[in-house]
Amino acid sequence: MSIQAKPLHSVGVPMKRKEDPRFIQGKGHYVDDLSFPGMLYLSLVRSTYPHAEIKNIDISEAMKVPGVKAVITGKDLEAAGLGWLPTFHGFDKQMVLAIGKVLFQYQEVAAVFAETRAAAIDGAEAVQVDYAPLPVVADPFTSKTDKVLLRPDREAKTNHIFHWEVGDKEGTARAMASSPKRIKQRLWFQRCHPAPLEPCGCVAYFDAMGRLQFHVTSQAPHVYRTALSLVTGIPEDKIHVMSPDLGGGFGNKVPVYPGYVCAIVGALKIGRPVKWIETRTENLTSTGFARDYHMDVEIGATADGQVTALHVATTADHGAFDAAADPSKYPAGIFGIVTGSYTFPVAHAEVDAYFTNKAPGGIAYRCSFRVTEASYAIERGMDILADELGMDAVELRKKNFIRKDQFPYPSALGFTYDSGDYHKTLDVALEKIGYTALLKEQAEKRARGELMGIGFSTFTEVVGAGPSKHFDILGIKMFDSAEIRIHPTGSGIVRAGTKSQGQGHETTWAQIVAEELGLDPQNIMVEEGDTDTAPYGLGTYASRSTPVAGAAITMAARRIREKARKIAAHLLEVGEGDVEWTDYKFQVKGVPSKTVTMKQVAFAAYTDMAQNEPGLEATYYYDPPNMTYPNGAYVAVVDVDRDTGETKVRRFLAVDDCGIVINPMIVEGQIHGGLTEGFAMAFIQEIQYDAEGNNLNTNFTDYLVPTTLETPHWETANTVTASPHHPMGAKGVGESPNVGSPAAFVNAVIDALSPLGVRHIDMPLTRDKVWRAIRDAEAKKA
Amino acid sequence: MKVHIKINGVDYEKDVEPRTLLAYFLREDCGLTGTHVGCDTSSCGCCVVVMDGTRAVKSCSMFAAQASGHEILTVEGLAAGGTLHPLQQGFWDQHGLQCGYCTPGMLLTSYALLKHQAAPTEADIREGLAGNLCRCTGYNNIVKAVQQAAATLGQPVGATT
Repeated sequence: MSIQAKPLHSVGVPMKRKEDPRFIQGKGHYVDDLSFPGMLYLSLVRSTYPHAEIKNIDISEAMKVPGVKAVITGKDLEAAGLGWLPTFHGFDKQMVLAIGKVLFQYQEVAAVFAETRAAAIDGAEAVQVDYAPLPVVADPFTSKTDKVLLRPDREAKTNHIFHWEVGDKEGTARAMASSPKRIKQRLWFQRCHPAPLEPCGCVAYFDAMGRLQFHVTSQAPHVYRTALSLVTGIPEDKIHVMSPDLGGGFGNKVPVYPGYVCAIVGALKIGRPVKWIETRTENLTSTGFARDYHMDVEIGATADGQVTALHVATTADHGAFDAAADPSKYPAGIFGIVTGSYTFPVAHAEVDAYFTNKAPGGIAYRCSFRVTEASYAIERGMDILADELGMDAVELRKKNFIRKDQFPYPSALGFTYDSGDYHKTLDVALEKIGYTALLKEQAEKRARGELMGIGFSTFTEVVGAGPSKHFDILGIKMFDSAEIRIHPTGSGIVRAGTKSQGQGHETTWAQIVAEELGLDPQNIMVEEGDTDTAPYGLGTYASRSTPVAGAAITMAARRIREKARKIAAHLLEVGEGDVEWTDYKFQVKGVPSKTVTMKQVAFAAYTDMAQNEPGLEATYYYDPPNMTYPNGAYVAVVDVDRDTGETKVRRFLAVDDCGIVINPMIVEGQIHGGLTEGFAMAFIQEIQYDAEGNNLNTNFTDYLVPTTLETPHWETANTVTASPHHPMGAKGVGESPNVGSPAAFVNAVIDALSPLGVRHIDMPLTRDKVWRAIRDAEAKKA
Repeated sequence: MKVHIKINGVDYEKDVEPRTLLAYFLREDCGLTGTHVGCDTSSCGCCVVVMDGTRAVKSCSMFAAQASGHEILTVEGLAAGGTLHPLQQGFWDQHGLQCGYCTPGMLLTSYALLKHQAAPTEADIREGLAGNLCRCTGYNNIVKAVQQAAATLGQPVGATT
């Protein structure tokens, strides 16, 4: 049972969420709940072909459908200078509606505006598009040959988008060549989709003053405002972006999508509000996918298991447009974290990205920009190395962990890890899971021919982008912000540039302010998502809210405390230097009987401020000096049915170290959710395309989300190593379970199958894939 | 065509297109936006409402016309006289929700489940909620929430907590 927070102690309390009463009563405020007089509905015509020339678009029948008001095509948008929109990291652009040809199945081709949702869909079905099919490039390895050029619109006449590398190429090659032990394995992190339960959507209209009022499912409303201004030429003050309650996001609601642009264009052209809500199929087939990294992992080691070198070469499938949501200096995101928790003296990582006839994306799905791919690569790689060495996977990890006394630790690929105690976190996991007993049980089962596996993942994540010197979106630096106003009666409001999608910011941010100011968190209101009221922020993704905005809130609260100290000195009739903040109130130094509370000071700030500036508010823009490095030790115990290939996750323990925890209930909830998404990727979830470029997972009957029945029971624990540079010592946690868990699941299944000689299976580890691996291995042995 | 549906005890009589789905009838014709739509294939359960007191139905897979003459309970009708239903209290107490989008469907499916099984086991609850997807919570806390509600509802009248 959760307990209510005491007003004087807020951080570390499992306070029940303040936002919940509206959600449990059906009073949440999601974008599709909005309705305005005269509102039209938008439905998009989508390509049935993965790659085809558009010979003709005939809208005449659509215009005859009762209720249809207008149809626009790519040519119309091109004429208005809105044919293309820039992708967020600025290397590419994306067609809003197809111009000349389509590049992926379900690409947006025409926009139909009608009086009702149904009429819009009817109208879209009546648009006739003549296609002349073109050769399809359905994988990056075919794309690499450049036999079919997908993007003649680009200056460089190649399907190769970029080559990115980091580290010491020659040094790594030398170290690898002289290593007595080496492993090399290709790992494919399959294409996935975040699939929040609320699809993407918006309502756009221009008000009486000609100002764009834009309600949208956005994890980064301020960035949308700036991007819209840059794309449309509408002055930024004439754009009001509002992100209401979001039904999940997981990175899917970071990019700007063609439907948004069409809704705005329709609202302008027709002069009425326009609503666009995508269907589940549209969500899965056209908005930001994630992963699709083919990674060749190579690790060198001494004979006794000391790692000597790491090389990872990745072939990335970015789809038809390079719509990856990565910072501009980091086209492969923060993949450089691939050295993980280990002391690699030298390493080299490289990524080559290619266009294909698939949906665009490469977004950070519950992950700090490609960190999930990197963590999977190193954590699978370490298990494969352990297998090669004939060494216990736990011993290998412990031997190579960065030690507690090595922090701050400069990694071979340029990061400065802030803090951690990896040995301790793993020891907690081993003790709680009962590793010794599990090994004994496994040995007994193996003797009987039963397949049981124990899999580990001891990952290090990197979250909280900025620092601004490294990270930006479209040139806008990745700081974050907070504004706090304390009212005369001691309640207040905090506004931040972040946007909760279920993370519970309305509770967590109130707890931070309450802790710093000694106020009641129940009376600290939190507001986000409105660009007219919130200070400029970069939004919520990449686990950056607590590391960056949480820090901004803390610092803004401390600014308030400094001002309050002056007023307290006046009330206590002493000099400011004689006032100290202790036990959540101001006190005359050394005189415990002479105190004033923040509530008293707040009232005085408006009624009895003496020579001080009236009011009690502050704003802070926080540019983090470094990223934070949450880490964890995860253990999966899996049983595999030898006859059917069915896998059963019997136990899963996550021991996380995310620094100082603000609300343990919310943190645990985040871990449960992230583990479930990690479980989904490991076992059932994939966006597949056939060789002709047809998307095979276009709805929830084919793209599988775990239900109550297959989701394991999650066990959690934590260790606490504060971040030395975050003002509260917090590190962020929302993505750790999604980043760390896939490798643990796969390592467990492969461990179960290892007596048969199976070394690797690519995710998702579906029953048929596991069954085939068992059969193939047994056939090979026989 | 005319449909007549009693929703949360209130009579609604509306003229709708025959193809109007119950989910959109509730949301757009009656303004009851607590019922959500998360897929188009009756897979996610965000749209679940209770029909005639005990039957959980996916309102995206039913025409409003099919519900004509029936009684519907939506999330807006769960709390009575300003007091949360024990299921609502359970979801709040046990942190059984994050983004809140699946929550109305979860609550209504659980409501029907508890009408059929007053004291469900964990396996019963998991079986009963298998048609409702949640992308945020991992379900552990949802199961606890339903267990709490079952315990509250199972208390004899007049018992103190």
